[in-house]
Amino acid sequence: MNRIVEYTCIVCPAGCLLRAEVEGDRFVKVDGAGCQKGVEYAKQEFSDPRRMVFTVVRVRNGELPTVSVKTSKPIPKSNVSNLMRMLASIELEAPVEIGEVVVSDAYGAEVIATRRVSRREPD
Amino acid sequence: MIEKEYDVIVIGGGPAGLSAATKAVGNGLKTLLLENREMLGGIPFQCVHTGFGIHCFKEDLTGCEFITRLIDRAVENGVESMVKTHVLNIQVHSALEKTVYAASPKGFLKIRAEAIIYAAGARERHQYEVGLTGDRPDGVYTAGEVQALMDVYGVMPGRRIVILGSGDVGLIMARRLAMEKAEVKAVIEILPYPGGLTRNIVQCLNDFNIPLYLSHMVSGVRGSGRVEKVIVTRVGEDMKPVDGSEFELECDTVIVSAGLKPDIDILEKTGVETDPATGGPIVNEFYETSVPLVFAVGNALVVNDLVDYNVEQGEAAATHASNLLEDYVSPRVEWKRVERGRNLRLMVPQLVSGDRDVVFYGRVQHPEDNVQLAIRETGFWKRFPRVKPAEMIRIRIPAEELAKAHRGKITFEVVR
Repeated sequence: MNRIVEYTCIVCPAGCLLRAEVEGDRFVKVDGAGCQKGVEYAKQEFSDPRRMVFTVVRVRNGELPTVSVKTSKPIPKSNVSNLMRMLASIELEAPVEIGEVVVSDAYGAEVIATRRVSRREPD
Repeated sequence: MIEKEYDVIVIGGGPAGLSAATKAVGNGLKTLLLENREMLGGIPFQCVHTGFGIHCFKEDLTGCEFITRLIDRAVENGVESMVKTHVLNIQVHSALEKTVYAASPKGFLKIRAEAIIYAAGARERHQYEVGLTGDRPDGVYTAGEVQALMDVYGVMPGRRIVILGSGDVGLIMARRLAMEKAEVKAVIEILPYPGGLTRNIVQCLNDFNIPLYLSHMVSGVRGSGRVEKVIVTRVGEDMKPVDGSEFELECDTVIVSAGLKPDIDILEKTGVETDPATGGPIVNEFYETSVPLVFAVGNALVVNDLVDYNVEQGEAAATHASNLLEDYVSPRVEWKRVERGRNLRLMVPQLVSGDRDVVFYGRVQHPEDNVQLAIRETGFWKRFPRVKPAEMIRIRIPAEELAKAHRGKITFEVVR
């Protein structure tokens, strides 16, 4: 027996309403996607929902006390909370360069600095 | 007092100001960029989420990544800038002579310049502009303040949060706080529909089971010392509170996310004409205000919803400034006034000549499907499958089209 699962696509601002037809844990098809990315999103969201993570990490001796970071790619939604907890426990030493890898294995992704934090000049 | 002299002073180091200063230096103008915060970058600096620079860089960057590129580009091009520098006053002596007074860590500054590009951005609507009354405890913030606290300074504003306003900024902050394990009790929206994009309702609220109360308002804040709770009331179709519908939400923090308005207090002192529709100054197609060679761009001109527009406006103003400074004559042209017809809330620029192509930025009053944006005087039209207030219309109109309007005005309207 097939059933319909509804998703709102989060790939772009258009926010298409996707109606996925599924049979048990098997994806059959999707209606309502304005583009191929929406089709891929529905498949992914049904089988293995993933999210990008954006946050900040503490920095010691920096001009600012934090550096912003992101995951290099979406990670499983169920691991987002664990990654947040892990990132809350680490502290980097300034300087931090934008693009620098802060954590090399975060549930299959890297965590990357998205800001530059120079070392604070001693007063 | 430190005295300096430049061709152009750019006020504000966000996306519009950085772009204007970089372009001005590239055009050979001696340029000084003034920023009042401790770092360049403006709003995107404190935005850790993506959605920036899709047009400019053809990439979906975080705010921090996007602005780092603009800052680096400014530095590489030799833009001279000063941070922690607060402009106090702009004096206009004549078309080519202005003095900017500013307070900086190095001392009081008196800077002379021929042109000024005002890019000081917007400020947030605060609690008293949205009628939030009651006690006055600690713990009431604007969304931007919370963003700066958390994502620049690493400080959590509180643990149990109520957010007022369901625009994209409010929704993104709800997610941001929930990610950091704050308990976001509710997002309260007075209108019957959410202000932000549907995808943000999904990924910011639904992902974290945050309730959204539409057609509700916060009718009171309670707390001595710190916020203890808010009183929430349902509103009817007339937007008036419904008797007996009140309920309480316990919280320690209230965040007001009620939109932005151009911050033009200092600019207004120069006597520029303003537009009640945008809350910013009236500008011509050069982004020049009614005061000669004083330009306004970015969110200080009109609250843009794509940062790419701020960049575009900043660069355009700098190019126009250098062209006008090359051989200054005044007055130059008889301007045609841009008027707004049906379903148009705002349109920028407000004055055009018909001598050159112009990029217009507009916003509709209410959502509509299958409409045309038309110019009444010339017969021009362009089809739009959907228009909505949350999405600015950007449209380039060729000079020939604008020149066709003879009677001193150009009326844009949304027609079916």
